[in-house]
Order: sequence, then C-alpha cells, then structure tokens
Amino acid sequence: MQEKLAGKPAEAQQQYCFHCGGKCRGTSLKSGENVFCCEGCRMVYRILNDHQLCDYYELNNRPGQTQVHEFRSDKFAFLDNEAISSGLISFRDENHTHLTFYIPQIHCSSCLYLLEKLYRLDSSVISSIVNFERREVSLIFNSETGTVRKMAELLNSIGYEPYISLNDLNEKKPAVNRQLIYQLGVAGFCFGNIMLMSFPEYFGIEAGEEGLQNIFRWLNFALALPVLLYSSQPFFASTIKSLKHRYLHIDTPIALAILITFIRSSYELFSGAGAGYFDSMTGIVFFMLAGRILQDKTYRQLSFDRDYTSYFPIAVTVKKAKGEYGIQNTEYRKTENETENEKPEEELAVPLPDIKVGDTIIIHNEELIPVDGLLTRGTAVIDYSFVTGESIPQTKNIGELVYAGGRQTGGRMEILVMKEVAQSYLTGLWSKSGKGGSEIKRSFIHRISKWFTWVVFVIAAATAIYWQLNDPLKTWPAVTAIFIIACPCALLLANSFTNGNILRILSRNGFFLRNAQTIENIASIDHIVFDKTGTLTATGGTGITYEGIAPSHLSIQMIRSAVINSVHPLSKALFSYLDTTHPILTPVFFQETAGHGIEAVFGNSRILLGSAYFVCGNGNKNENQTAVYFSLNGIQQGRFVFSNQYRADLGKLIRNLKSRYRLSIVSGDHNAEQSALKRIFGEETSIYFNQRPTDKLHYTERLQKQGARVMMIGDGLNDAGALMQSDCGIAVSESTSYFTPASDAILKASAFQKLATFIRMCRANRTIVSISFMVSIAYNIAGLFFAVQGNLSPLIAAILMPSSSFTILLITFGSTNYLAARLRL
Amino acid sequence: MSVIIILLIISISIAAVFLAAFLWSVKTGQFEDDFSPASRILFDDKTKPTN
Repeated sequence: MQEKLAGKPAEAQQQYCFHCGGKCRGTSLKSGENVFCCEGCRMVYRILNDHQLCDYYELNNRPGQTQVHEFRSDKFAFLDNEAISSGLISFRDENHTHLTFYIPQIHCSSCLYLLEKLYRLDSSVISSIVNFERREVSLIFNSETGTVRKMAELLNSIGYEPYISLNDLNEKKPAVNRQLIYQLGVAGFCFGNIMLMSFPEYFGIEAGEEGLQNIFRWLNFALALPVLLYSSQPFFASTIKSLKHRYLHIDTPIALAILITFIRSSYELFSGAGAGYFDSMTGIVFFMLAGRILQDKTYRQLSFDRDYTSYFPIAVTVKKAKGEYGIQNTEYRKTENETENEKPEEELAVPLPDIKVGDTIIIHNEELIPVDGLLTRGTAVIDYSFVTGESIPQTKNIGELVYAGGRQTGGRMEILVMKEVAQSYLTGLWSKSGKGGSEIKRSFIHRISKWFTWVVFVIAAATAIYWQLNDPLKTWPAVTAIFIIACPCALLLANSFTNGNILRILSRNGFFLRNAQTIENIASIDHIVFDKTGTLTATGGTGITYEGIAPSHLSIQMIRSAVINSVHPLSKALFSYLDTTHPILTPVFFQETAGHGIEAVFGNSRILLGSAYFVCGNGNKNENQTAVYFSLNGIQQGRFVFSNQYRADLGKLIRNLKSRYRLSIVSGDHNAEQSALKRIFGEETSIYFNQRPTDKLHYTERLQKQGARVMMIGDGLNDAGALMQSDCGIAVSESTSYFTPASDAILKASAFQKLATFIRMCRANRTIVSISFMVSIAYNIAGLFFAVQGNLSPLIAAILMPSSSFTILLITFGSTNYLAARLRL
Repeated sequence: MSVIIILLIISISIAAVFLAAFLWSVKTGQFEDDFSPASRILFDDKTKPTN
C-alpha cells in the first residue's frame, strides 16, 4: 500500500501522518483535513471517527502505530480452535467470557482511552480494562455474540494487534507474591504503636500511674506478637532452611537477635523487671523488610526467563486432507485449494505442540517458522538475524532444509515438518545452554556478615566469662543485650538499600537487572564479549554505499522502478535508500529470478540488478560482502554494497571500556565487517566471525577456564547459551516488550552507549556499602559499651537503633543519588 | 486514667482501620498500575453513544 504512493511527487513541505506520525509520501491519502501515510492508518482513523472516538488524537499528538503491514483476513483464524481459545480464556459462563490479551503497543494515555472504549466499537464487548504496567487489556464480552477471534480482530482493526504466543497456552502465570508487603504493613503498624506507647518508659511516669504503665507494657507485648509470629517469618524461614543444610545464612544472626530480644523482653515483662525492648525488635523487622522489598522490586513488564515458548506462535496453519484432524477443530477452507487440487484439502489452525512429523504447514509472509522442515512450495527468504546473527536474509530453494526460528519475508510458503517443535535445532539451544545459572554466587556481604557474627560471639563469650567471675547475676542481661545491640541488621540494611536504589536508578535509565546480586556480578567482571548483529549494530540498520560508475538520474529512476516490484529485503532496502522525488516508471518487461536478481526493461534500456553471477556472469562464490550489482544494457555499471550501521557513540563507549576491560566480539555473521570493527575496537580485540551458537558458548567457557570473569552482551537466540554461561549476561532489546533470551539483565538499545557508566555505578556499590558499614560499626561500639556492662536501658536501645538505621538510609540514598547525578544518569 | 484508656482504644482501632485499608488496597492490586487510574479520571466523554 505504501508503495503505490511512492511515485507521487512529494510536497515541498513534508507531511506527517495524522495517525502514526510517520512521513507521508504525498497527500493523496486524506480523510477530511488529515493526511495519512498509508491506507491502514486511514482505516483506523475512519473507524474511530465513525464511532466518535477522536479524543484519541486529542489526548496525545499522533499516538497511533504505523499500519503499513498488511494483515491476512484469516490471521486470527486459529482462535476459532477450541483448544487454543480456551487456553486464553480465564473465565466463561453462558453470559460472560473473561479474557486477557498482551498488547505490547500500549504506550500512552490515548491507548488507554481507546482500549477502554471498545464497547463502542463492538456491542458484544461488555467492558475492557487496561493494565498499563503489564501492557495488558482484560476484556469481558458476551459469550453469545462474541468470540475470542472477533476480539483479536477488533483490536487488530484499530491498530492494537494482540501478541499471542505459545507460552499463553501453558499453565497460568503465578500470582504476584504480596506476602512481603503484608508483613511490612503489619510490622509498620505494630512498630509505630509500640514506639508511641513506649514514651512513658523513656521519660518516666509518675509514681501514682503505675497501673497505666502496666497496661502500656502489656499492650506492647500484644503488638509485638504479630511481628514475631507473622512479619519475621522470612528471616526464620531462611534460617531454618540454612541450618538444615548446615551453613550460616545471612539472615541467621537477624533471626537470632529477634528471638533473643523477644525472650528477654518477655522475661522482663513477666517478672516485672522492666519494659523490654519490643520497640527495638519491631523496628529491626520493619526496616529490614522495607529494605528487602526495595531490593526485590520486580519489573512487571519484563521477564528474564523467557524460553522459546514465548517466542513461538501459538498455532500454525496445517494443510491436511479433509477430515484428518478431529471434529473439535474448527475448519476453514480456502477456495483456491479446491480448484488447485482434486482431492479436497483444507487448512487448519493447529496448536503448535500438536504438530507432527510429516505434516505440511503453511507459513505466511512475516510469520515465524516454528519447526525444522523441508521447503516444498513457495519462495523462502528467511530472516535469521535473531537466531544466527546474520544480518541479511537468506534465500532457500524448494527441497532445502529450513530451520525453526527464522522469519519468512518472501510471501507464502509450505514446509514439510521434519522435526517436532520440542526437538528442533532452536529449542535444542535452550536445553543445551549450560548449567542454567551456574553455581550459587555469594555476595561479599555474606563474608562480612559471617566474620561479624563470629566477633559478636567472641565478645558475648568474653562478657559472659567476666560476669560469671565477678557478678553472676549480670551475665544474662549483659549477654542478651550484646545480641540485641550488635545484630548485623545495619549492614544488611546498608546493602539492601544501596542495591535497591542502584536498581532503581539503572532502571530509570533503561538498564534492568534481574536481581541485586547482578550488581556485584557486573562489578566483578574483567572481560566483555559482544555479539555483533543487533548488539553493536542497530536492528534493521543497514548502510548502503555505491561503488562504480556514477549512475545518471534516469538510471536511479529505473532502479527504483524495478526494485519496487520485488519483495526481496535487499530490494526494499535499496528502494528506501534511493529515495527521490521522480515518478515511478512502468517497465515494459519485468522478471525476478528468486535468489538471483531482477531483469527489467524501460523503453529501450535494459537493466539487471542482482548477484554478481546474475549480473556479470562470473560470481565469486566466497565473497563476504553483501552487494547488489547493477548493469545497464549489458554493461556493468557498479554495485551497491550493504554494510552494517553501528550504534551511535559506539566508538566512545569502546574507548571507555577498553581502558579497563578486555573485549572480544563473537559474531554469527560473515567477516565483511572485520576492518570496520577493527577500526572501532583496535587491534588488541579478538574478533571471531561465523560463530555458531555453541561456538559462542564454548568461547565464553574457554575464557572462564582461563580465569576471566565474562560479561556477555547479546540480543538474539544465538547468544542464549553464552548469555547463560557467562558470569553476567546482558540482553540488548529495542523495546522492553519484545522477546529477549534468558539473561541476567536487559539493556534498552537506546541506552547502549551508557553501558560504561552503568558498570561504574555497579562498581560503586561495594564502596558505598562499606562506608555505611563503618558507620554502623561506630553505633554498634557505642551500644556495646553499655551492653557489656549489663546496663543497656531501653531508652539507649530505642535511640541507637532508629538513629543508626536512619543514618544508613541517608548515607546510602545520598551517595547513590549523588553519584548518579555526577555520572548524569 | 480511664480517659487515657478510652483514648488508647480509639487510637489503636483507628490505626487498625488504616492497616486494614492498606492490606485491602494491596490485595486488590491498587498499587500494581499507577498510570491507568490517574489518566482514566481525566477522560471525559463528550459524546455519549446512546442516551
């Protein structure tokens, strides 16, 4: 559709599409005053206009998504299949059906407005609610008048195509765990009230009011119980688990401190000796939980553990002799098949796991190939960039093997299934990819905490011995006081708040870490391995240079007019490269030979475009560059060389990283870019080309055996193994809602040039934690001074505990934010 | 003294109500999505479809 317009002379002033904001090639597509870039955008506008939903365009300027892709009318036919649609439906009775779609295009308040007004477009929709964070829309529709397919088509018609993957067919996603937040709420409530009721204890109470004092103490006890029994569960749970496995968990001293404080306080209360330290105990639990929640913040729209199921489609179209599949499959048929074949064949949508060896499946343009198979009909122009890292699509001929994972860009084709989905080459990558997370890494906090715990035990033992010899009655209060005051909670607080804040700062800048441990992993690496396609180069970013005799205006016009008729990706790239205002000519003769080139005749000029062999007759088979040759009337004129376009500021980033880290590049692509990469990376960087996924994995392993701590940065499935094997795997993604292979961190492509800064931020983590630890030690020593003497008053404990926590909060937040500001994050 | 006890009961029960409100709001997912409710309130329906 876009192409029809291309020949129209552009207006002096560039017009932008009213719907999506894309450049318009002319002003012919209009509706009222508004200009559109393509028929699809205008269609969406008309639908919205007819239903008085044009507020959509008022809330945000040009909020739509470009609609140049064509959609097959039966694209969502697979949703008529009961087995598939029931996997998506969350609830159904005779009146209502509840359904949730994932729509990655949701990005602004206009989307929200439109998607919640679906009932105006289709009367069978009862309600639609958007969850913006999850990019989901939850629909309730009338079970009688609506179907899942209708809903998907409705969303598609207004430019919000739902993303339905194989993953959706599997079991329901686990519910969000909110336990920790409840526990924090309870702890906060009890802590606040206990503090309030402890004031009389701190400042003394009149002699006549002792009855009141008792009430306060008992209330404190009552309020401390839920904290002990409910809110501190996480600490006790991990302690018990660690003791079973005979090692000391970082939570063990905390659990011990909570327990000892509670027992000592209860003893004091029951014996009438004092008020106890319920305030300190609940305070510790509250602050520790708060720190933990901050550190464990998850990104709802991201997933670090995606496997092939969320990449593959939910169903494929299978060509079958009639009646071969059971009646539970809703069938639909194309008339063309009936005329083609005498034996009636039908096309069925079959859930992907049910595909068997020997089936013939149909792959349409822009669809993903989900199985390994033989090409039996059609032209395969397969874009494997995500799977293998090759930047230019491959052409396959009938009878050749095609591997799962590629995206078809050459129109409709048929494939004979050779291997089932679970056994295909691509799915094998996941099962092969190493140990899956490698051995448990221990944070340096564990080591400090262990050391700290031993010191506390030694002090406690020494104090116990001293008081046993001098004043046995004081042994018990002194020893318990030591455990109360010297728990390493300040250290853990410092750690979790620093980590939490660094995670927050990084995510604000487009760098999302799986968990807090990743910060330390990033800080410890010394070797960075890059993938090329999609990582160093922008996806789809191809630069074209022309070599040879400078073509005349007429030649350019003819080349453009020839390539416009071809669907080959190189033709499309060439077409947009030669963006001129001259009109498109109609060829007298046009012929495209798949995989070779185009022959076209305009007037009495004949041009050939294509491979060296096709154009010049003497192709060099081993040529590494991707080039389109051009000849005019049988005389070779020159060639268009396709080269990669590297991300902005790549050179600066590499110079930054080179001073501290060793770098390597492993690419699945051919070595055409060697010299360009050498220029950017310098001679000392090892660069490997034609690397298969397993080669990348082994390269990472080899580096690790030599003692290097490796960070792997990649984007595609071909990097999946290496990402998992490396000490820190970072997946680069153009948009966080796209599919990324399993990794420790996801980096937005737009933030790629800030990588060096991110690493610096992670390295600062340890320094900040250490400084706050020193400060907390000072508080501890002050507390211990009272504790060893056996006269730690609740007042001193109540002052020391919160003030040390607040100091640590100030230091960690202050220094991380200061650093972020200095690094301009 | 008895007044203080009444005040105590009142203050703790008010705090408990807020705790319950907090737990309820977390449970019903009100902190899950902080964008849509804030934007939703600003949409006004100028043209009611059927009246």
